[in-house]
Amino acid sequence: MKGSRTKERVVWTVISIFVLVYALFPVASILATSFKEPSDLTSGKFLPTNWSGVNYEEILVGDAQGLFLSSLWNSIGIALIATFIAVVLATLCAYAIARLDFPGKKLILTTALAVSIFPVISIVTPLFNLWRTIGLYDTWPGLIIPYLSLTLPISIWTLAAFFRQIPWELEQAAQVDGATTWQAFRKAIVPLAAPGVFTTAIIAFFIAWNDFVYGISLTSTEAARPVPAALAFFTGASQFEAPVGAISAAAIIVTIPIVLLVLLFQRQIVSGLTQGAVKG
Amino acid sequence: MSTSVKTSSPKTEPRAPQQYSDRAKAERRLGWLLAGPAFVVMLAVTAYPILQAVFDSLFSYRLTAPDEREFIGLGNYAVILSDQVWWRDLGVTLLITVVTVVVELILGFALALVMHKALKSVRGLLRTAILVPYGIITVVSAFAWFYAFDINSGFVNNWFDWVPGIDPDLNWFAQGSTSLFVIMASEIWKTTPFISLLLLAGLAQVPDELTEAAEVDGATWWERMSRVVLPNMKAAIMVAVLFRALDAFRIFDNVFIMTNGAFGTEVLSLLAYRTSISRLEIGLGSAVSVLLFICVLLICFIAIKLFKVDLAGARGGK
Repeated sequence: MKGSRTKERVVWTVISIFVLVYALFPVASILATSFKEPSDLTSGKFLPTNWSGVNYEEILVGDAQGLFLSSLWNSIGIALIATFIAVVLATLCAYAIARLDFPGKKLILTTALAVSIFPVISIVTPLFNLWRTIGLYDTWPGLIIPYLSLTLPISIWTLAAFFRQIPWELEQAAQVDGATTWQAFRKAIVPLAAPGVFTTAIIAFFIAWNDFVYGISLTSTEAARPVPAALAFFTGASQFEAPVGAISAAAIIVTIPIVLLVLLFQRQIVSGLTQGAVKG
Repeated sequence: MSTSVKTSSPKTEPRAPQQYSDRAKAERRLGWLLAGPAFVVMLAVTAYPILQAVFDSLFSYRLTAPDEREFIGLGNYAVILSDQVWWRDLGVTLLITVVTVVVELILGFALALVMHKALKSVRGLLRTAILVPYGIITVVSAFAWFYAFDINSGFVNNWFDWVPGIDPDLNWFAQGSTSLFVIMASEIWKTTPFISLLLLAGLAQVPDELTEAAEVDGATWWERMSRVVLPNMKAAIMVAVLFRALDAFRIFDNVFIMTNGAFGTEVLSLLAYRTSISRLEIGLGSAVSVLLFICVLLICFIAIKLFKVDLAGARGGK
């Protein structure tokens, strides 16, 4: 009995190491690259010979600062606003779907599904043309609006699944006990709904943060260009130097928020992704 | 819908019919009032642009010469469909879609099994690790894989020079086949976690009694998987495959970063981008966009009609 226990533990340790290496190796690889000195980049080795912060210096206080920091600010602002709008609209919509009886519910869910499988590139051409005409090209709203096509459908699905599981009778029970409608909603329902809304916001933020197609197609300057697009336009310190180090350092910086969110909210994210996907 | 409550009134006695229909009316109005904005926004950001694209695709129209815009009917479509580039790009896109989805399905199922069976002590750790590729920016993943394989900054050639065909002089991004290999590796790495979570949800729905009963009857692990677990997860698997296939068909970021379509690695999304954004041929680019959209619809149609994938059911719809 004891023997099989130990064996099980060994097997699980091996499996866990496998999964960890699979999931983290590419991140470790670019992390190691980000600490290499320019002369060290072609060493053919995984780890830097000398650990150096020169690449981080370049993008945070050096030549590439303007390009990187402005795109970081754009990415944070645009992704947060697109997430916020999507979550507010989706919360109202999902509440109605989970709670009220009205015709067209199925139509709304089907539309959300259709929008979520829509090929993004298909609407880039008309938006590109339209945005140039009405002056939204290379502006924050010019990205926030199309980002809603990415964040809104998944928010609706995820939240509808969450809201279906809330025992809404609690609200009535609170009212029977003498609470006003507003009190009942705030004290009984909000605490139950908040985790779902929060989880949805994280997932929507990941999606907005990840966008590349809209980012490179609908911007042209530092006024609105988000990080993924900026990475593709990075150039080295001189014309003849590949920007490998700077891109790696920038890539690590934009990966930090993702890793933090995942570390803190692993359980919620998994339940959000699977709830939206399976019959609630 | 068992959880829906018809009224916020604490009274539960039967209502008069007239009152009920007033309530129902008010509820309908409130329902559309709350759900309407989201619905309108979704249509505005997708349906309107695609209709505009259909319209633009009927014109010969370049931004560099806007005055020469002229109606040419389906001329743009004829140009694209008779051009070999379209068919080559379609082939590359389909190849990437099929290979990545098959590999991801196998890998994702293995990961799902691991997470499903994992001891409590490591479950959180495994899930956290798996979510890192899910959350990471695709462009970052593309750069990580690109730099690892790149002939100048990479270490892969050094590490794997014992593998036949790999030596320090191998330039992975100088020909189509090796470029596609790295592109697909990055795509698979980044999106397998999502498929494995969908499959994990499917696994959780297979009743334990079934597998236990099969085990008691002396079924081997393989038999339990192929005869009990997999058939019971069919719906989850089909949905995962369809979602990933549609996603893979839109692949853009990895190809753009690694080769920008060189050496026969161009995919359809990149063709659309190159035509309208780089060359400013709005008419032709719109036609490519519309064709791409039709391809996605076709894949959906085939999946739903032929394989009877119940998307709405499996995504929690009613």
